[in-house]
Order: sequence, then C-alpha cells, then structure tokens
Amino acid sequence: MNDRPLVINRRRGLSAKHREWIAGYLFVLPDALGLLIFLGLPMVLSFVIGFFEVDGFGAYTFAGFGNYARMIRDPFFWSAAKATALYALMLVPSLYVCGLGLALLIQKPGRFNAVIRAMFFAPHMVSLVVVALVWQFMVVDKIGVISRLLPKFGLPAISFLGDPSFALVAVVVVSVWFLMGFYMLIFLGGLQDIPAEFYEAAEIDGAGSIARFWYITLPLLKPTSFFVLLVSMVAAVAGAQAFDIIYVMTRGGPANSTSVLIVYIYQQAFSLGAFGYAAAMASTLILLLMLFTLLLFLFTRGGRFDHE
Amino acid sequence: MSSPHQGSAYFARSQITLVRIIWMAVAAVLALMTIFPLLWMVSIAFKPAAETFSSNLIPGAPTFDNFIYVLTGVPFLRFMFNSLFVSVAVTIIALFFHSMAGYALARLRFPGRELIFLTIFSTFLVSLPVIIVPLFIIVKWLGMLNSYAGLIIPAIFNAFGIFLLRQYYLSIPREMEEAALMDGASYWRIYWNIILPLSRPILSALAILFFLANWNSFLWPLTITSDSKLWMVQVGIANFKSQYAAAWNYMMAASTIVAIPTLALFVIFQRQIINSIKTSGLK
Repeated sequence: MNDRPLVINRRRGLSAKHREWIAGYLFVLPDALGLLIFLGLPMVLSFVIGFFEVDGFGAYTFAGFGNYARMIRDPFFWSAAKATALYALMLVPSLYVCGLGLALLIQKPGRFNAVIRAMFFAPHMVSLVVVALVWQFMVVDKIGVISRLLPKFGLPAISFLGDPSFALVAVVVVSVWFLMGFYMLIFLGGLQDIPAEFYEAAEIDGAGSIARFWYITLPLLKPTSFFVLLVSMVAAVAGAQAFDIIYVMTRGGPANSTSVLIVYIYQQAFSLGAFGYAAAMASTLILLLMLFTLLLFLFTRGGRFDHE
Repeated sequence: MSSPHQGSAYFARSQITLVRIIWMAVAAVLALMTIFPLLWMVSIAFKPAAETFSSNLIPGAPTFDNFIYVLTGVPFLRFMFNSLFVSVAVTIIALFFHSMAGYALARLRFPGRELIFLTIFSTFLVSLPVIIVPLFIIVKWLGMLNSYAGLIIPAIFNAFGIFLLRQYYLSIPREMEEAALMDGASYWRIYWNIILPLSRPILSALAILFFLANWNSFLWPLTITSDSKLWMVQVGIANFKSQYAAAWNYMMAASTIVAIPTLALFVIFQRQIINSIKTSGLK
C-alpha cells in the first residue's frame, strides 16, 4: 500500500475532467484498436489491394484499374452478380412473409404457443454446416426423403442440387428455414409494442381481423418492417449463411447457378490465389453495405435505436 | 391482448373454439414440418447403413455404431475441444472489452466520443465474407495463421455487442455511480464494482449468443486453419463430408453430435435467447 499516496497525488494533479477523458479513452481502447485492425483496416485494404495484381508468391504489382476492368469483362462475375440478385429477390420477401406470418400465428401468450415458437426457432440454433448437410441428405440425387416424396404427390422426382434451375431455389429454401425463426422473433418484438387498446378500439368499431391487420398492425409495424427488410437484404448480399450453405451443398454449382458473389470472391482468392481481383470485387460489395448502413443510420436517427 | 370472448359479437362460442382449434392445428403442423429435418437427422444417426434410405422415421434396428465410429475413427473429440476452447475464450474476452467500451460510450464524457461511436457504427453491417481477403492477409502478416490466436482474436471484435451494451447502460440509472464518484472511487472501480454486477442479465444473454455464434462459425476457421489439429468442429464435419461422401449414416451421427450442445443450450436458456433477439430489433 506504499504507492497509494503517490497515485492520489498524481490524480490530484489532473482535473476531474481530464481524469474522465483519460478513463474514457482507456476503456474504449481495446475494442477500438481491435475493430480498427480486424474490421476497419480490412475494409480500407479491400480498395487498396483491388489496385494490385498479387501473384502466388505474395508479390504485389500495381495494376491500376486492371482488376476493375477485368471485372466488367468477366462473364462469371456477371453471372455471380445475377445469382446474388436472384437470391436476394427470392430470400428477402420470403423471410418477410414467413417471419411475419409465424409471428402472427403464435403471438398470443401461452404455453402451447411458447412450445410452437421454440420449434420454429430451433433451426436457427443449429450450425449452418449441419443445416446444409441435413438438407443435402434429404434432397440428395433422387433418393433423399424429399426427392422420393414428390412422386407420391404426382410431381416428377427432381435432383434439386443437380439441376441448375432448381439449385438456387433449394439454397433459398434452406436459408429461409434457417433464418425465419430469427425474423419471427424480431416481428414478435414489434407486435408486442403495439398497444392493445388500438385493437380493442377497432374491435368496438366493428373492424374484422383483416381490417385490423391492414389498418393497425401493418402501419404500426413500419419500423420493424424496415429493419427486417434492411437486415435480410444485407444477409442476402453478404451473409455468412449463403456462403456456408452453398459451400457445403453445391460449391457454386451446378453450372455456376449457385455461385453468388461471396462464393465467387472466395474461390478467386483461396482456390486460384487471385487476391487482387477478389479484393476488387469485394470492395464493390463493401460500398453497397456502407450504403445500407447509411440508410440504417439515417433511419435510426444517428444510431439511437431508443427514439429518445 | 384481446381475449377470445370479445369476439362473441360475431361468432357463437362453439365456433370460436373451432377457429382456435384449427389455428392451433395449423401452427402445430407447420412446427412439426419445421423440425422434421432435425428429427430426420437424429433418426438416420441411429440407423445402420443398410437402412439409411428407408423412409421410416423410427429406425428398425437402432444402433450406436455410427456415433462410436465418428467419435473413435475421426479426431472428433479434438475438434469439439478446439471449438469449446475458442468459443469460451472469445466470449469472455469479448464481453469484457465490449462492456468497457459500452460503458465509456454511454457514460463518460470525452472529446471524440461521438466520432468514435459513429466509426464503430459504420462497421455494423459489414460481414466476414466481404472482408475475408484482406483480413486473411492481415492475420497472415501477423503470423497468426494456423494458431489459436488467429482463431480467437479476430472473432472478438464486433459492433453489435458494443452497441447493445451501450444501449443497456444508457437505460440504467446513474445515482450509484455518481455517489461512488463523490466518494473518490476510480472509474475502474465503478466499472468493476457497480457497472459489471448491474449488467449481469445482458451479459449472460450476450454470452449465450456469442458462444453459439462461435461454436457454429465455419468460414473463418475454414480459411485460416489448414492444420487439422486446429480444426474447429464445423470445419471437421465439412471435411468429413468430402472424405465419406456417401456414408450418410456417419455424417448424420456427426451432425447430431455437433448440433446437440447448441440445441441443449437453447432448451436451457430459451427465455434469455428469445428475449435478447426480440429486443435487438429496434430498441
């Protein structure tokens, strides 16, 4: 305890204000440094590396806009962009409808609904690798359990993952199965914030359940809807779920039909060693994500989610 | 919530009961369809190879052979240990750092605070797949490829945790801290003795979410560990697939083993997990 007075003396030397400043910087430092090195720097470096040609030995040669020019000429880049757009176009509305639908189905409190809710959410607790393996097994070739079930309903037996026109749809189905429980919970949170009096008043006025949904639920869910659409859009363009599912189930095939941008970027970098080209493509996705973040920021009034 | 009785202006009581039963039946059928793939996974895990493609859910001759094979024939326990170690380490360090940062950003006044917060916010939606190339280059340059440090350190930092903790600290009253400050307590003492104990509920909810995310993470460990001694369980199981392409009974047994810890966590901490996700929307 000998050094104690010393510490106090030194503190007396600083004003209370400056002590607070120093404490603030020190508390933020570990996270700020980590985010800077492992998130901020990679974001910036994507753009820098995008201007270089990187060879197999890690030597960098300045290439100007070479990688970007290559991107525009590369038919596989465009097919990957198209696959990404298709994936998003199918995924975002499906998640909205399934998430909201399930939330409405089980919104009333009670033990029965709690069990059902847990069952809807359970897939989200399983790792994507396992999710992809299990689904692949169910639709494998023409002998998986789902593939064999179809003929019983008079449908042709389809090899979902072997057919370019079905593989991406299969990936969407698996993604929805994995993600819908999460969005259901977000919608449940939004539904709970709608005051019960609104519904009671509408009921007294004789509004049926469809009218109540249309004139009360949907308009008052607007903030939740915005959040869900934005976050699911980001998940569609850059979410890990797409990568994991596609990597395990199809590796981008058949005929590149499930080669979405993040899968194509990964293959260019880690299978072919084209780090410069991969970084250039990734930098365009970062720009897109920053745009989404700006939207989120403006919408939440500067990141204040609490509407102070 | 409106009670079902209020609807009696339109429907007779028996009709309401009928509507409710139909509603519950629809929910139950959809829920069963939702968990069917998981039931199917467990079912195959207990089936002998000859029965893999039979369509009954209950195995005709249930067996533990698949589990025994996976646990002894493949270093699966090693993969599980790696995942456990990395997930626990990331969770503890992340909660520690994020609560410190969240506290400072919510409570302490210092120049540049808003700018720091905005910068953190700007990384909110950036996901691993889009920065994986430069991140790999940085981690390689730091000499952390094929190491626990490489698996753990980059996984610690994310804006989400800081963000939720800051929100939480904005919502709790200041009185206790101010009293402690008057008594001459240092900011570290206030953080350690007052703030951390107060944040137990949100820290435990975040701990579960962080642990789950890291146990289930695949892309990052896949990218930086070529040495199979360091494989985390998701990489192990994905690699298992390329080795035993048609041995679905083994793969489903391995999948079951990997899924059980997270499903068990979910059953135990259902309330915390569901509540923390429900409020992460727009609060």
